[in-house]
Amino acid sequence: MSQGITDELRIVAPTGVMGSGFLESSFAEALDREPHFIGCDAGSTDPGPASLGAGTTAFPRASIKRDLRLMLIGARRLGVPLLIGSAGTAGGDAHLAHVRAIVEEIAGEEGLSFTLALIHAEQDKDYLKEKLRQGRIKPLKPAPEFDEAVIDRAERIVGMMGAEPFLAALDAGAEVVLAGRASDTAIFAGIPVREGFDPGLSWHAAKLLECGAACVQRRKTPDCIMAVLRQDHFDVMPLDPELRCTPQSVAAHSLYENADPFLITESSGTLDMTSAQYAAIDDRSVRVTGSGFRPAPVYTVKLEGAEKVGYQSITIGSIRDPYMIRQIDDWTGRLHERVRDRVMDVLGGELDEGDYRFDVRIYGKDGTMGGLEPVSEIRAHELCLVFEVTAPSQELANDISAIVRHQALHLPIPEWSGLITGVAFPYNPAHLERGLVYRFSVNHVVEPDDAHEMFPMEIVDVG
Amino acid sequence: MAKLGDLASLIRSKNAGPFVLTFDIMFDEPEVYRRVKRSGALGAEVVAGLYDVPAEDVRFFFCDNALAIKASIPRPVIQGDLGDADGHGGQQFAPLIDIEIE
Repeated sequence: MSQGITDELRIVAPTGVMGSGFLESSFAEALDREPHFIGCDAGSTDPGPASLGAGTTAFPRASIKRDLRLMLIGARRLGVPLLIGSAGTAGGDAHLAHVRAIVEEIAGEEGLSFTLALIHAEQDKDYLKEKLRQGRIKPLKPAPEFDEAVIDRAERIVGMMGAEPFLAALDAGAEVVLAGRASDTAIFAGIPVREGFDPGLSWHAAKLLECGAACVQRRKTPDCIMAVLRQDHFDVMPLDPELRCTPQSVAAHSLYENADPFLITESSGTLDMTSAQYAAIDDRSVRVTGSGFRPAPVYTVKLEGAEKVGYQSITIGSIRDPYMIRQIDDWTGRLHERVRDRVMDVLGGELDEGDYRFDVRIYGKDGTMGGLEPVSEIRAHELCLVFEVTAPSQELANDISAIVRHQALHLPIPEWSGLITGVAFPYNPAHLERGLVYRFSVNHVVEPDDAHEMFPMEIVDVG
Repeated sequence: MAKLGDLASLIRSKNAGPFVLTFDIMFDEPEVYRRVKRSGALGAEVVAGLYDVPAEDVRFFFCDNALAIKASIPRPVIQGDLGDADGHGGQQFAPLIDIEIE
């Protein structure tokens, strides 16, 4: 695809996350402008650790299929590459297989045929242990403890690929690239850098593209965005005529979900937006100049991992009694003691005190901010309580929840004499099974021997 | 005096990955942004105090071309772990609203 793109390279991102949707009219407009390739991010850690832990997707299959169908048809009609990163939210093997099946289903339904590259990002535990022993796994800040036990406990660990595996897939003849966990920007930056465009501009354009229309002034819904790279600048513009990019909206986008608004670390280096300049070229498009990219002295691959925490069961209840509300901390303190004693009485043969955890979230007091809540006075006339039990099995979590319900229901307060019923439970059974819950357990980078060794590729003929 | 919430066009919080919480304070008008920046009412120490983290763990930025102020802190609880109440980190900004600006 090197012919004809010496002057400018046009890139379209249909949306910020595959499955979140975009306007068909915007995508049609994007295709009319003949992009050289189409890219789409399909994942994130933002939905939480369950996707990575359980191998599930954050978006429904039907919404992924809707977006993917339009992208596949569009890319094949123009005969341009379609690059998808972080397939199925977390980008592990289960996620990749899930989206691969959707790709093949669409190809069958639409009569499409193409060469598909699948790039795996799930990591082999023995490989990681070897790297750990070599001192080539380093913590990011802040990072949890990391040792062989963390690797063993992990349900799944993925590596975040850089731009190089995407380019290798194109070199191998792929027309559609479906990648596991990938840096969002790497999906878009590899091609322009290889075509000779300025690396700073390429990575900065990629940073804007990976979020779709998030860099517009007032986004109505997720939608398409386009970047046009030239020698000393790039232009960014929405495709929906009702959306506008302004210098401020584009500059401000570098803040979103980034710890640092100026520097973004990638596998192969650091995007530096400190000196970037943003200028309006019309009332909807912005020209960006001055972005820099500093190659990294050592190539690194970020790891993401999730491990099982336990099985959970929660009970939702509410309190309307003003005498209880005004002593709610004392009440929950006594409830903790009662529950602990009763659990040990009933289940002491099966578990120790440290084997389970019981928490109470108090909405109307500090449910959202916990200990960081600066407002100490309760101003609500009712409180919502979420009683949360985490235990080694679902049966134990349910059993402890049943104990919690009964203890909470009749826990006395000094103002009333006689048996009280102090909590309103809206559901029956009162507890809800949450199943297995997970936590993120890794925030580290690996120093691999090269950019490809962690990301094996398969080439498949589809259709 | 005015409250930061009355001067900003948007105050928001969000995950920057599972381990970091980031705050954005954005303005529509350059003069309002400059007033807040000049006031000295916002800085790493202020954020450290509100969110109970050491000041050296706060990353604090003025972003002139975006008319924005940004701060990032280690997440009080890792996203999604037991005890975390805000999976996307989106509702942790409220204490910033009441900061008084000269």
